[in-house]
Amino acid sequence: MFEPKIVAFVCNWCTYAGADLTGTNRIKYSPDVKIIRFPCTGRIDFMLLIKAFSNGADGIIVSGCHPNDCHYTSGNFHARRRWTIFRSLLDFMGIDVNRITFTWVSAAEGAKWAEVVDSTVEKIKKLGPYKEYRPIANEIVEE
Amino acid sequence: MIETAKKLLKNGDVNIVIGYSEGSQGRVRPFFARNEEEAENLVYDNRCTQNLAMYVSKKEISKYGKPAIVANIHTLRGIIRLAVENQIKDGDLIALHINDKDEMTVCSTLEEIETHLATVTPQISDEDKVMIEKLDAMSLTERRNFWEKEMENCIKCYACRQACPLCYCTQCTVEVNQPQWIPVEASIDGNLEWHIMRAMHLSGRCISCGQCGDACPVGIPIHLLPMKLSQEVKNIYGSISGMNRSEGCAMATYQPGDKENFIG
Repeated sequence: MFEPKIVAFVCNWCTYAGADLTGTNRIKYSPDVKIIRFPCTGRIDFMLLIKAFSNGADGIIVSGCHPNDCHYTSGNFHARRRWTIFRSLLDFMGIDVNRITFTWVSAAEGAKWAEVVDSTVEKIKKLGPYKEYRPIANEIVEE
Repeated sequence: MIETAKKLLKNGDVNIVIGYSEGSQGRVRPFFARNEEEAENLVYDNRCTQNLAMYVSKKEISKYGKPAIVANIHTLRGIIRLAVENQIKDGDLIALHINDKDEMTVCSTLEEIETHLATVTPQISDEDKVMIEKLDAMSLTERRNFWEKEMENCIKCYACRQACPLCYCTQCTVEVNQPQWIPVEASIDGNLEWHIMRAMHLSGRCISCGQCGDACPVGIPIHLLPMKLSQEVKNIYGSISGMNRSEGCAMATYQPGDKENFIG
């Protein structure tokens, strides 16, 4: 049975707190996700997503505060433009954008976080291991 | 052009003229005339396609003082973009613009350049347009295969970066090794990562001059990547880079109502 490796890049103020709430509420969700906490979605450099893929991630979740809720006022607005353009570029280069889930999860949405993770895991399981991007990681290890 | 260049140098209006001169094997090369005598070597014809705006931000050139620069439309757009990004101030240079009909205009202020640019419609060559359309029509796997095949040839010489008027950073992320963002060796996916990074850093800034593709020694059409992003930025945010100083930076600003149909 294929267990996907999923990396979640989340903001400290909303989604991380939301994921915490999922736990305190005893809501179960897939253990396939590794959460990485950032100060803000605006800090999530597109290179980090690329690095996650090149190090063997099968799927990625990027999540932060809903628009207008950013702790730093506008970090998520800037991030939104960056993701829009980044998605166009990935698509243009033939990299499957379906492997990246972009979403807003607030500190109060513990249940939504479980849902986001579970649906992403399901989607990635269907897509299978991300072989197309693996070669680089293998190449380096072999050398 | 030579006469104007000589006059500017003689009157001390500028200290150096950036232009083209005869190179080897029937090609032209960038040329820097520091005095009237050297200005005699300047040439201009249809072989002169290099975007000389890239020299404006180079220390080796700016140390001479104020430059005059032989400019086509792309060079003018590069100059405006550099001004938007606070790399040059008004009056820092004089542009000698030569249009398709070989008529020369001397633009000594950025406003004159903007007035001139307002009369032209920015467009990419038909060849590039067809290529982008062709790629858009391909399936995801076909596109992936296309780029993988192209990236196989990349030798990571960074000529694309050197030729770009907007790649003026003194330290590029590609040279950062703590952490090592981009693998040093030329592997397919590492090359892909380098080009993803370059295109992203140029998104909303690229003036679509196609210099990176021209500079590529192995002929990868890498200029299509930032060009495609320029199209996207124009379609989604309505912003065109390098036309007017009021354009701002599309990727460093936002509207609360920006489209987000892909975010769940």
